[in-house]
Amino acid sequence: MEAAHAHESGTGHEHAHHRAGIMRWVTTTNHKDIGTMYLWFSFVMFMVGGVMALIVRAELFQPGLQYVQPEFFNQMITLHGLIMVFGAIMPAFVGFANWMIPLMIGAPDMAFARMNNWSFWLLPVAAILLIASMFVTGGAAGTGWTLYAPLSIQMGIGMDLTIFAVHILGMSSIMGSINIATTILNLRAPGMTLMKMPMFCWTWLITAFLLIATMPVLAGAVTMTLTDRHFGTSFFNAAGGGDPVLFQHIFWFFGHPEVYIIALPAFGVVSQVIPAYARKPLFGYASMVYATASIAIISFFVWAHHMYVVGMPVAGQIYFMYATVLIAVPTAVKVFNWVATMWRGALTFETPMLFCVGFLFLFTVGGFTGLILAMTAVDVQVQDTYYVVAHFHYVMVAGALFSAFGAVYFWIPKWTGHLYDERLGKLHFWLSFISFNVTFFPQHFLGLAGMPRRIPDYALQFADWNAVSSAGAFVFGFSQLLFLYVVLKTIRGGEKAEARPWDGAQGLEWTVPSPAPYHTFQEAPTLR
Amino acid sequence: MTIQWSVKRWIAGVAVALFGGAVQAAWDFTMREPATKLARDILDLHNLMMTIIVVVFVVVFGLLSYSMYAHRKSRGHQAASFHESTGVEVAWTVVPFVVLVGMMIPATKTVLAMRDSSQPDITVKATGSQWKWGYDYLKGQGEGIHYLSVLATPREQIDGGAPKGEHYLLEVDRPLVVPVGRKIRVLTTATDVIHSWAIPELAIKQDAIPGFVRDTSFRAEREGVFRGQCTELCGKDHGFMPVVVEVVSAEKYDKWVEDQQKLIAAAAGEAGKTWALDELKARGAKVYTANCVPCHQATGRGIPGAFPALDGSKVVLGPTAGQIGTVLNGRPGTAMAAFGKQLDDTDIAAVITYTRNTWSNKTGEAVQPAEIKAARAK
Repeated sequence: MEAAHAHESGTGHEHAHHRAGIMRWVTTTNHKDIGTMYLWFSFVMFMVGGVMALIVRAELFQPGLQYVQPEFFNQMITLHGLIMVFGAIMPAFVGFANWMIPLMIGAPDMAFARMNNWSFWLLPVAAILLIASMFVTGGAAGTGWTLYAPLSIQMGIGMDLTIFAVHILGMSSIMGSINIATTILNLRAPGMTLMKMPMFCWTWLITAFLLIATMPVLAGAVTMTLTDRHFGTSFFNAAGGGDPVLFQHIFWFFGHPEVYIIALPAFGVVSQVIPAYARKPLFGYASMVYATASIAIISFFVWAHHMYVVGMPVAGQIYFMYATVLIAVPTAVKVFNWVATMWRGALTFETPMLFCVGFLFLFTVGGFTGLILAMTAVDVQVQDTYYVVAHFHYVMVAGALFSAFGAVYFWIPKWTGHLYDERLGKLHFWLSFISFNVTFFPQHFLGLAGMPRRIPDYALQFADWNAVSSAGAFVFGFSQLLFLYVVLKTIRGGEKAEARPWDGAQGLEWTVPSPAPYHTFQEAPTLR
Repeated sequence: MTIQWSVKRWIAGVAVALFGGAVQAAWDFTMREPATKLARDILDLHNLMMTIIVVVFVVVFGLLSYSMYAHRKSRGHQAASFHESTGVEVAWTVVPFVVLVGMMIPATKTVLAMRDSSQPDITVKATGSQWKWGYDYLKGQGEGIHYLSVLATPREQIDGGAPKGEHYLLEVDRPLVVPVGRKIRVLTTATDVIHSWAIPELAIKQDAIPGFVRDTSFRAEREGVFRGQCTELCGKDHGFMPVVVEVVSAEKYDKWVEDQQKLIAAAAGEAGKTWALDELKARGAKVYTANCVPCHQATGRGIPGAFPALDGSKVVLGPTAGQIGTVLNGRPGTAMAAFGKQLDDTDIAAVITYTRNTWSNKTGEAVQPAEIKAARAK
């Protein structure tokens, strides 16, 4: 996938024509500008959600109520979940997609450039609604990010703001994913067949279809909540002929694919980074594509494993156990492929590679605990305990977030034209890696011992591991300021990056100069 | 609290966590000591799965770690160029599949055993309400006994005003009492939002869903007090509604049932008589503490924006019929439960009398159990 350098030079289009000041960002339809805005938005939300997590961990440092009252605690866990999932992780990967997919497939921009602007600018609106909900009468929704009925029916106006925020986030995601799918399917450079695309494009293509299929389901669930709250319907009210468990079915029909909406682009990043630092092509490209697609398809058929204790028939429990365990097969294939990619490579461990190897170890831990949770009988002991909290943070933080960090370090030379500070990057990795495990590994023990999740206060037998977990959380939280510092430092200056700063990196994105000019591939590159 | 004091406490806390704690407290690594065959089976299943997982993890990441050591560029390793191998790829798809199928055999057996709640000796209904459990003995020895079970940990312990007791947050005023070795079927339901009735030692976790009845069962193999908690987020005091089951010998259970039946007979007598204002107030204070304080607060001032004040409330100071209706039937769409289903006539009369004659409320009126009975009949 080497491109001839016919484009760019001498065409006179390198010069950027855009408005100055704030209006550049409000009106931009440039995929790079929009990608940048997605990434900064994501980081701000990551900080906001992180502060909420630290409030939670501060309260849980010791038994007893010290800093916050239970109702505020519930609002914090709810907003932390919603903000991290919809505000931090998902926009981060849409940001990577915006920046990198056109560069990877040799397209001049995204397919729907104006809609791209709209998809982004919906996000701050939703974020403002979510944050504003803390300040209305009764405060934000205190239901957990799962928004289960009938608890959601009891909430104050903060719940309505949350519902509208979810609607808007859903619109943004649907438009963003239509854009990504259309771009990938239509704007590839001549000669780039689907099976020659970088793996990141494949994982995003599949993710886009997951999003298009599931976000409307979530929108339906929250709309039913809204009409139950205000317009006298009884979708989730047994007294009116409804069923509270129906909400859970609909929510998790969205919610489980959502896990893969977050994980698949992360897999894509890892599949770009590992070959670059192994200096060896990705092992089993075709099987990676098939495994990704299999994971996505199976993810639609496993939702009720989140609901083993609602009282479903035993046949349902067994079916959902088998279907869930089946996901372990393609996931294992992916892990084996990554290991085989590294096997007999010429490995170096720059920061992006460290984060991706960290991902490999810790995501696998999260996958294995998922297997334990999938066993219906064992799940009865650990459902809704800290074991689940540990499990999904291994998947979401050590999985998606670590891969996002890897992506930033990997691509930041292309974005800024500067190399980041390798020493500080590695320090960021080791601080994050160690403090992450200090925070979340003990939560497995808490869960096995029976500590329920979403409680502001706990019995004395849980005190020790909670103190350790909170200490780790604060180190993890403050380590992320180092990340901010490294990024700012790289933007402001640093060693000049070449077009291809990583000698093992392959692909069209590395054929354009660093920083990437405002307009790239105005003429399609030819693939040799 | 001052910032300085918080910082000191944090430092002390970290120190205790890292050093002192190891000596004096339990650093639990795994599940609690099972008290039923099912709980033991689940623990065994968990341990078996963990063993397989650890072996796979060590093999895969052992290889990876070796590669990370041996195949480094800095050691002069040259990259190979292989990038596919159909044989290997088929093998590592089929092998995990076979291993997983093997794992499913014991997993399925345990699920089937777990769901057998047939032929119980005693059937109890556990009703979740914000934020307490109600127990009704529906069938078997003790039939007809019913009562509420609420958190017994004093507020001062939670707020840090008193040292925390041994069973902090895991103690209730009246636990569920069952005989050892007998099969107990537990029906779960709820009156407001979804709760979940869970006891780790008995390997029970069953959601309690308003408007629906679910079931689960257990047969305790040893006597003891087993403590769990509500495990489905159910609002503000979700962390403060423990589930406590006391498993006793057959003889003790006989005695307990006898005592309870005497209490029921006494309560029936109480409901018929006319009470003095002070008697009602005194009883009402206890009912208020157990049922109303989480929302309306001990001060009667509620939590502005979330839970209304009773002190000076129009409902409380208005006609008795209005307040009786609210307490009996609740307020749909809010956290105000229909206490008519949870409390008897005497308790409702007492707590209404208490609220009408406490704080700045001075109506001087005593609401009698007979009035509640009449209101229920309407």
